[in-house]
Amino acid sequence: MTLALLVRRSLRQHLLSTVVTALSLAMAGGLLMSVWVVRKQARETFTGQTGAWDAVLGARGAKLQLVLNALFHLEASAGNVEFSDFEAIATNRAVALAVPIAVGDNYLGYRIVGTRTNLFTEAEASPGRRFVVGKGGRLFEDGYREAVVGSFVAARIGLKVGDTFKPYHGLSFNPKEQHEDEYLVTGILEPSNTPADRVIWIPLEGLQNMTGHAAATATDVSAVLVKLRSPIAGQQLDLLYNKQGNRLTFAWPLGAVLSQLFDKMGWFDKVLELVAYLVVLVAAGSVLASIYNSMSARRRDIAILRALGARRSTVFSAIVLEAAAIAGFGMVGALGFHIAFLSVAAGVIRSQTGVVLSVWSWDPILVAAPLGLVLLGALAGVVPALKAYRSPVAENLVPES
Amino acid sequence: MPVLEIEELKKAFVPPGGTAPVPVVDIGSFSLEAGEQVALSGSSGSGKTTLLHLVAGILAADSGRVRVAGSDMTSLGEAGRDRLRAESIGYIFQTFNLLQGYSCLENVLLGMSFGPGADVAHARSLLGRVGLADRLDYLPRQLSTGQQQRVAVARAVANRPRLVLADEPTGNLDPSNARQALELIRGICTENNAALLLVSHDPAVLASFQRVVSLSELNRAARKEVAP
Repeated sequence: MTLALLVRRSLRQHLLSTVVTALSLAMAGGLLMSVWVVRKQARETFTGQTGAWDAVLGARGAKLQLVLNALFHLEASAGNVEFSDFEAIATNRAVALAVPIAVGDNYLGYRIVGTRTNLFTEAEASPGRRFVVGKGGRLFEDGYREAVVGSFVAARIGLKVGDTFKPYHGLSFNPKEQHEDEYLVTGILEPSNTPADRVIWIPLEGLQNMTGHAAATATDVSAVLVKLRSPIAGQQLDLLYNKQGNRLTFAWPLGAVLSQLFDKMGWFDKVLELVAYLVVLVAAGSVLASIYNSMSARRRDIAILRALGARRSTVFSAIVLEAAAIAGFGMVGALGFHIAFLSVAAGVIRSQTGVVLSVWSWDPILVAAPLGLVLLGALAGVVPALKAYRSPVAENLVPES
Repeated sequence: MPVLEIEELKKAFVPPGGTAPVPVVDIGSFSLEAGEQVALSGSSGSGKTTLLHLVAGILAADSGRVRVAGSDMTSLGEAGRDRLRAESIGYIFQTFNLLQGYSCLENVLLGMSFGPGADVAHARSLLGRVGLADRLDYLPRQLSTGQQQRVAVARAVANRPRLVLADEPTGNLDPSNARQALELIRGICTENNAALLLVSHDPAVLASFQRVVSLSELNRAARKEVAP
């Protein structure tokens, strides 16, 4: 009871420095937790975001670029795949489903992807979940100038069923490069929380035959999304396309390919982590400095407490507990900052990649980081506590008569 | 058995800028019985506060013996002295030394908590006894000087100490408040049968005591200092 009273009153007496220090710890703790959670969730979500697909077939090039282009609608296409190659893999007995995609156009900066309707009817958006067209809409019909719009794009640019639009050439928006072809929006996809939400889908032939596209490559596709009948089929096709062949790249298994992305970003990860740790250390230093700097103002109170019979250990414990309490308050705020940081990061990642991070998901770091920081705060309190421990009583009481 | 016994107590300090220790307290023998009230007179620099600090165990003696309520203060370690002070000694300061961030009640409770333990009912009753029943939650700065000294008195006697030390307890009070504070301290000590050692250089205060000891006579170090 005595220690609790001493800590409570001291926090109240030094309210401003308590609040400022707790806030700095809150930001540090929030940043640390967010960096950790974003990193972990991004890796898990990206590598688990391959939907029902097991592999991607594309032009000869880097597997990572192929996967990012075909599944995440990022990066440029490495090149084209002849239609006969698509037909070959689609009829391969090891393949359960093969769906072609073609890219090369955009509408107001949002990528237009040509494909076939079986992408929506036979494949899954994510494991166990199919694409759903919103109420009042329908899928486009192969061969028609019709489009189905991803939910994110529809929300951003306000496209709705019945609207028409003219695509622009290239993957980046250039107002001077608009095609003459006009497309009718027949449906808006329900949010699937996948990169498909950030894309406008049109029939494969629509993109292949868009006015101004080269006639020589009009039947080519950009990539083929592949679902295998069994894992061993992946090894067979890997051998066929990557080792024996030299025209095409078979990106498989997708999880391993995507993990390269995070391996490449490893240095950035480490820098971010280091920054978070440094911020935490600075915040812990601020606990030390704030209490230490107030020690001269506290000398009298400490001397009075000692004159009343308080032991050195009591004074020491009260200051360490005070530092821990400041850190504790900071950690309550840290959870709030974490939610705020993560919401912003999730928004940015979703708008850039279509990958959705969960702001409210549980992670052990949400307990470990606050506990660690409270411990660090208590440790930071040891230095001023030692000063209080050694503080002479008689000198800090009334002047000698 | 005396509540306070002092034998050959010595304390010296090295003055600022000096090298050799200068004796401040050098007392041959002094004792105080339970319930006895003694005034200690002395001029500034005569070692009054140092003597009280030695008796309270706030300062450690260089040599000699101080026994409080049967315990040898000078043979105890610091933690032991803290415990003995918390349980057996009440200390009233000239500047009251109330904790400014704590209410009147909390000041008294804190005084108790380092000794036998906080007793809210007893603390309330004591503050009522000193006329502050309606000021329990007031902070010291919200009280008059006289009221602050009354809180300090309540805090000093809250643990029913065997020995009460009062260092110029009326020094910061006007004559009316000084008289009331003195009556309060002496009255409560009498009620509790506590020995009182009160330091003052106020002639009016000294005149009210049956036994007045001059520190310049008691303290050989002070005698040396004043000698030509």
